[in-house]
Amino acid sequence: MADVMKFELVSPERKLASIEATMVQIPGSEGDFTAMANHTPNVSTLRPGILRAVAQNGDITEYVVFGGFAEISETGTTVLAESAVLKAEATSEFLDGALKEAEARLEAQTDNAIEKASAELALNDVKSLLVQLS
Amino acid sequence: MANLKDLKNRIASVKSTRKITKAMQMVSAAKLRRAQEAAEAARPYAERMEDVMSNLTAANKGSPSAPKLLAGTGSDQVHLVVVATSERGLCGGFNTNIVKLARTEIEKLIAAGKTVKILTVGKKGREQLRREYGQYFVDHVDMSEVKKLGFEHAKGIAQNILARFEAGEFDVATLYYSAFKSVISQVPTAQQIVPVEAAEETSGASYDYEPSEEGILTDLLPRAISTQVFKALLENGASEQGARMSAMDNATRNAGEMIDKLTVTFNRSRQAAITNELIEIISGAEAL
Repeated sequence: MADVMKFELVSPERKLASIEATMVQIPGSEGDFTAMANHTPNVSTLRPGILRAVAQNGDITEYVVFGGFAEISETGTTVLAESAVLKAEATSEFLDGALKEAEARLEAQTDNAIEKASAELALNDVKSLLVQLS
Repeated sequence: MANLKDLKNRIASVKSTRKITKAMQMVSAAKLRRAQEAAEAARPYAERMEDVMSNLTAANKGSPSAPKLLAGTGSDQVHLVVVATSERGLCGGFNTNIVKLARTEIEKLIAAGKTVKILTVGKKGREQLRREYGQYFVDHVDMSEVKKLGFEHAKGIAQNILARFEAGEFDVATLYYSAFKSVISQVPTAQQIVPVEAAEETSGASYDYEPSEEGILTDLLPRAISTQVFKALLENGASEQGARMSAMDNATRNAGEMIDKLTVTFNRSRQAAITNELIEIISGAEAL
């Protein structure tokens, strides 16, 4: 059996998970990555996507996360998501809200090219997430 | 001496007041529990955020490329005072205490020749500040429609503040709210939110940053500010309910005392009336 590490998923409103996990797949803003025990300390921002946590007994829990960041240290992995829900609980309303927010953000950015590009990226992330989920 | 009917009405009215205050007390007790749970649930996020932020800020504080949100604008001429209060009254000194603290700070700033801008969150603080400082108001965030406080509300306020900072409207922002200590003790607190106060020490762990350290910092600073605002709003919510609960408890007790006193007076004057009538009857009978 692989080593375990502490995995915590918290959103500002509540703590969603606090388990012993063998590995966690994280949708980083620069690409997905998987954290396992004894991973090198790392801080990465997140893009909207699906986060998969594999518990010690092999159970896989999937969450939909939007924004935030992941902190991987010697003691474990902590994901601070701006909003997060269980994948099963991700209703279409919730996702539509996220899509609208991303669209509104893109519309609001007209003068700043960098901001606009990042808003566009965020919107694309949300869209591809919707495709993955449906 | 007031006549019997007046007294009776008076007692009835105080009794119904007591019923109302009692009901309000119970409602706020229930709301307080929920507010406390919400504050509790938000704690892990805020704590982790602080940890990571202190690591990042301590490492970046001195660097010339540090974002403005961290390093400040290099001046402290214009102060934004964010006063977070409640939307409803009848909660004892809750709003007054926050406003009092904000007022002393505003006076200090004005005396020091600084420019003051005020952003109010919640109606009650705005009402109390309007008369003296109405000309400094820049914006107001209305929370009266908010049933359950969510992170998006805090984010909205934080974005409002950040947009003003980007536009160069102020140099330093301070948030005034009431920290929740216990049901009977709420402490008005001032917290500087912009520029972000950097921690002095690091835990020493060196991280790999993805994207770059600066990239993360620019991404994190607004989030950290939202988190601070969220935490303050939650504490405020719990404090408000706590303050209301003890205020209503006092009111209920006072109403009870008042009813007792009025009942004694009522009984006494009723007895006096009876005695009077008896005297009249007896003296009438004796006269015959």
